[in-house]
Amino acid sequence: MKRLFTLNRHLTERLGFSLITLMAVLTVVPIIGTVIYILAQGGHAISWEFLSGFPHDGMRAGGILPAIIGTFYLTIGTAIFSVPLGIAAAIYLSEYAADNRWTRLIRISIINLAGIPSVVYGLFGLGLFVLFLRFGTSILAASLTLSIMTLPVIISTSEEALRAVPQSFRTVSISLGATRWQTIRRIVLKEALPGILTGVILGLERAAGETAPILFTGAAFFLPRLPHSPLDATMALPYHLFVISTQVPNMPIQIQYGTALVLLVFVLTMNVIATVIRSRARARRQW
Amino acid sequence: MDKIIIEHLSLQYSDGTESLRDVSLGIREKAVTVLFGPAGGGKSTLLRCLNRLNDLTEVKTSAGRILIDGENILDPKTDVIALRRKVGMVFARPVVLPLSIRGNLTYGLELAGEKRKSKLDEAVERSLKLAALWDEVKERLDDPAIALSGGQQQRLCLARSLALQPEIILLDEPTSGLDPISTGKVEAALQELKKEYTIVLVPHSVQQAGRTADYAAFFLQGELVEYGEGKAMFTSPKEKRTEDYVTGRFG
Repeated sequence: MKRLFTLNRHLTERLGFSLITLMAVLTVVPIIGTVIYILAQGGHAISWEFLSGFPHDGMRAGGILPAIIGTFYLTIGTAIFSVPLGIAAAIYLSEYAADNRWTRLIRISIINLAGIPSVVYGLFGLGLFVLFLRFGTSILAASLTLSIMTLPVIISTSEEALRAVPQSFRTVSISLGATRWQTIRRIVLKEALPGILTGVILGLERAAGETAPILFTGAAFFLPRLPHSPLDATMALPYHLFVISTQVPNMPIQIQYGTALVLLVFVLTMNVIATVIRSRARARRQW
Repeated sequence: MDKIIIEHLSLQYSDGTESLRDVSLGIREKAVTVLFGPAGGGKSTLLRCLNRLNDLTEVKTSAGRILIDGENILDPKTDVIALRRKVGMVFARPVVLPLSIRGNLTYGLELAGEKRKSKLDEAVERSLKLAALWDEVKERLDDPAIALSGGQQQRLCLARSLALQPEIILLDEPTSGLDPISTGKVEAALQELKKEYTIVLVPHSVQQAGRTADYAAFFLQGELVEYGEGKAMFTSPKEKRTEDYVTGRFG
């Protein structure tokens, strides 16, 4: 009787394990599937001309350089605004703010900010940056809109990274005559940097792939030239993909998938960089 | 000469843990003063008052004065940075900063504005020798400090506070995690250091208190029960409660 019972338990455990493994495998399938499918459909579209040329024939031929450059500019622009602001906010929350009603309000706001649909950010950006502040449909307005969307990710991951630094480092540093800020700058930030960078990249990666926030604020349907200033509108990969997939009749399919592939590679590269930073830091970590 | 004079010091933490009730005592210059007693007696709290490290904790009430060289360091106008350079501290668990061995030692000095390499090198060698660690690490000063053994790390922590040339050194159970050999090295270092420095030690056992104390103060639940010369305290305590604790009847 007893033996039967243990046998049963082994069996249950095995079954459980197999099930979990299956689930894990299942989550990987769609990702790999998508990548393979897009690679198969869009692979032949990739050529030097496609990456470095301008679109012509109503975007049905030629390259996607302005969209690549545009997404690059938008990502940089977003980083310029959201990274300093986000890290500063995280430092405030983790290192200075007391736990009171005021900071709880800030935290709740950040969490809610993360839950707002991206198209709402777009509308907000249109109202505030494009119209009220008169930035026009521009890289500046779009970058600012994307920054607001990116901030919650950067703030919460950075705050977590800062909090993970052992409290004892701070106590010791203070006991050696360091000020709070010296402690943060020389010890805490240095240790939290990999975690912060990971958050920053994940946030920017999301910004690079979004369409809705730039739809009304900075994305151009078609531009025959590269943007000259932050106040110019720009083409961008995600919006370009939307346009050529829905707005242009008789669009060659490989150009659509080629564009998707470039966007995917752009975003995945950022992801890989984040992963490498994180794992390297973990290997080096001394606590 | 009393280096530190504590007058009617009372303190309570916001969360209700460990407090001090009307503690008064004078701590002799260039001697080892031991604060001992069972856990929760307020020894660490008192220690952390002496370099204002309690500023980092939520303190509900505090009253009284602490005079170091005649100045009340609890005064809000006190320059706490200068105070912490003058009053070094070693913690129960060795916490080396995520820097090299050298980096740990020069950290405080660099913050104090010392940039001259010769001065920094000098401080590194001097403090490591004082903490009896020089011979073990002189070949690898640029290795990460975390690579050292626990005992070495704790002596590095001691050296780190010595590098700032403090006048007072506070040690909060500095040997609690160390093996007897490392403990012996730390205790021996303290006997050397007391020629130059005022040392306040919270020992991790009564035995250690007995071995190291020139003066001893027995704390029980936030109250200073007895204070006097170390030898007398451990051989013929005046208070019944001290005797019971020293002889192991409770604790």
